[in-house]
Amino acid sequence: MAERLLEVNDLNVRFATEDGIVRAVEGISFELERGKVLGIVGESGSGKSVTAMTLMGLTRGVNARFEGEVLYKGKDLLKVSDADMQNYRGNELGMIFQDPMTSLNPVYRIGEQIVEAIQAHEKVDKRTARARTVELLRQVGIPNPETRVDSFPHEFSGGMRQRAMTAIALSCNPSILIADEPTTALDVTIQAQIVELINRLKDDFDSAVIFITHDLGVIAEIADEIIVMYAGRVVERGSKRDIFYDPQMPYTWGLLGSIPRLDRPRPERLHTIEGAPPSLINAPEGCKFRPRCPHAFEKCREEPGLENRVETPGHFDRCWLDVEYKRAHRDETTSPGGTVEAA
Amino acid sequence: MTVLDESAESGETPLLEVRHVKKYFPVRRGVLQREVARVHAVDDVSFAIREGETLGLVGESGCGKSTLGRTIVRLLEPTEGEIIFQGTPIQKFGTRKLRPLRREMQMVFQDPYASLNPRKRVGTIVSDPMRIHDIGSRAEQKRRVGEILETVGLSPEHYNRFPHEFSGGQRQRIGIARALALRPKLIVADEPVSALDVSIQSQMLNLLDDLQNELQLTYLFIAHDLGVVRHVSDRIAVMYLGKIVELSPAEELYTRPIMPYTEALLSAVPIPDPDLAEKRERIVLEGDVPSPINPPSGCRFHPRCRYATDVCKEVEPPLVDYGNSHLAACHHPLNVDEATLQRVGVAERHTPADADETALPQDTSGSSNPAVTPTRDTHSS
Repeated sequence: MAERLLEVNDLNVRFATEDGIVRAVEGISFELERGKVLGIVGESGSGKSVTAMTLMGLTRGVNARFEGEVLYKGKDLLKVSDADMQNYRGNELGMIFQDPMTSLNPVYRIGEQIVEAIQAHEKVDKRTARARTVELLRQVGIPNPETRVDSFPHEFSGGMRQRAMTAIALSCNPSILIADEPTTALDVTIQAQIVELINRLKDDFDSAVIFITHDLGVIAEIADEIIVMYAGRVVERGSKRDIFYDPQMPYTWGLLGSIPRLDRPRPERLHTIEGAPPSLINAPEGCKFRPRCPHAFEKCREEPGLENRVETPGHFDRCWLDVEYKRAHRDETTSPGGTVEAA
Repeated sequence: MTVLDESAESGETPLLEVRHVKKYFPVRRGVLQREVARVHAVDDVSFAIREGETLGLVGESGCGKSTLGRTIVRLLEPTEGEIIFQGTPIQKFGTRKLRPLRREMQMVFQDPYASLNPRKRVGTIVSDPMRIHDIGSRAEQKRRVGEILETVGLSPEHYNRFPHEFSGGQRQRIGIARALALRPKLIVADEPVSALDVSIQSQMLNLLDDLQNELQLTYLFIAHDLGVVRHVSDRIAVMYLGKIVELSPAEELYTRPIMPYTEALLSAVPIPDPDLAEKRERIVLEGDVPSPINPPSGCRFHPRCRYATDVCKEVEPPLVDYGNSHLAACHHPLNVDEATLQRVGVAERHTPADADETALPQDTSGSSNPAVTPTRDTHSS
C-alpha cells in the first residue's frame, strides 16, 4: 500500500464579505496517496481553486474561517502557524497556477525566480542553486537551459512559461504538486505537452498530484480518482472509470453532455444545463443542483448526503434518485447525439 | 503570388470573398522608429463564405486567425489583397464609406468582460448602433432593444442594468444582442465561447445556432477549440502561421485530415473517455509555433512536421483541391488515394527548386518560387 500523503476531512471554508458569508467550500473530504493523481472538476465558482489554495495556506486572512482538518503526513495544516506554513509551502506542497503570464514576475529573469525559490527554502549558495535551476529547466523540457536560464518571462512562449512555473513548483522537491488549471490558457498542442510533462514528473519526483480543471477531456487522460464539485460541495466522487462510465449525478451527466465531442457523431443540438450556478452566499436549500436539475423531485428539497449508493465501493454521490432510474435515463443527457459510437 | 484557389463555389456569388489578403504589422525600433521587421500575421489568404453558411476558422494562438477576422470587418486595413463583400471590394474603404457597411457585418468578441463599456447601461449598449445609424425613433429603438434582448434569452427588464450585474454567459448574450441590433448579414465571432464554462458554452452554441436559422445569418466562427468548431461549422479552415493550410467540409476534416498539422491538432484534443484516450495514438508536436516575424522557409510547418523532407524546407506547398472542396497545402498529403494524387499532380511538385530563392523569408511578397506556381486546374472537383 502506497504512503498516504494527504487526508482532508470535512473541510469548510467561509469568507466574510460585505454582501454576506460566502460558503466557498462545504464539507470536502478526500485522501491522496503517493504516485496518484486526483482530479478536481467543476465550473467557475464551484470552490475547486479555493480548496487548492487552502491546502497551500493561501486563503488565510482575517475574513476567512476554516473548519475540518487538512492532514499532511498526519499534521493538520490548518493549525500550523503562518511561519511554519512557509516551510510546507514549496518543500512539501508545490503549486502551478493557471495563468503563466501573470504568475511570473516580468522584471526578473526566469533563473533568478527559480533560484529565489530554492534559496527561500534551503541554505545553499547561489552557484549551487543556479546549477540546480539549470537542471530543473532541463527536466521540464526547456531547450538550451544554460542560456535560457537568463531569459526574461516575455521571451518565453506560453507553454515554456508554464514549464518554468512547473520548475519553480518542483524546485524543492515537494511530495504533492497542486496544478490549478495548468493547461487552460494553452493551445491544445501545448496542453498535450504539459499533461505529458506533469505525468512524467510525477514519476520522476515520486510525488502525488492534485489536478484541477474544468476540462473533462484532460481529466480523462491524467486522473486516477475524480472529484466533481458544484457550488462548494463534492457532488460526486469516484475512480476515473466510475465517473465516465457510471456517472450517478445529473450534474456530471450535464457536464459530459455539454462538451462538443470529437469521438462521437455531431449532435443536432448540444445538451445544456439550464440556468447558472447559484450564488454561494444564498445557496438554494436542499440539493444545490435542484434548480437546474431536470430530474429533481420532492425529496430534493432535503440535501442528500455524499454516500456510496452503487455496487462499486469508493464511488460516492449526492443524489436521491434511484440508481436504476439514473442508469436508464442518463444516456439522454450524456450522449445527445444518440448511441455511443466506438471511434 | 502564391497559388491559392479563387474558391468560386458552384457559380453563385458568395456573401464574402477574400482574395490573397495579407496583413503585416511593422516592427519599429530606434529613435527614428525605422521599420526593422514585419510580423506576417496574415499571409496570402483566400476563401469565400456563402450566404447562410458557417465557416469555422481554427488555429493555435498567434496563427493570425483574429487578425484575419478583424481585417475582414475592416477594423484593420489589409496590407494587400481584396475583400469582396456582396460583390463590392471594400479593402480600401475609408471611415465614411465603411459606415453603411457596418450595418451588414458585425463582430462578437471573446471577452465579455472587456468588450462591454462598464459605465453604460445594457439598453444603451444595445441601442447605440441604432442611434449611430439613425434608425427609427427613440421609442422604436427602445422597443427593438426589448425584442433583441428577448431573442438572445435575456429579459427586456434588463434594459436599465449595468454589465457588472450580469454573469459571463449573460454578458456574452448582451454582446450578441449588440451585434444583432442592426440586423447584419455577416457576424464574425472571435472566440465567442472560450471564456465561458462548459455548461454556459453549450447554451451559447445552441443560441448562435437558433439565431442563424431565425435571422439567416452567416458566421465566420473563429475558435481554437476543435470540438466547438466542428459543432457549429459547415466548412472549416485551419490556419498556421498566417496561412490557411487546409480548408474542408466540416465532417471530412475530422475523418480525413490531409495536412499533417491538422492530424496533429486533432490528435491533441483530449477525449473525455478514458478507454478511448488510452487506445488513441497521440502525436505530440514538439516545440512551439515559430515567430511570424521570420517564418520558416518552404512549408511553414516543416520544423514540427514528422513527415517533413527536404522539399518541405525549400518549396512552399500550394493549396490544392483534393476533391469535394477539400483543399490542403502539403507535399506529403495524408489520407489521399493514388488516383487523387495523380489527378492533382502533387508528385510533380516534389522537385526541389533553388534554395537561394526561398532563403529570404522576409521578402514574402516577391519570394514566391516559380516552381510552386504552375498553372493548374483548381476546380477539378
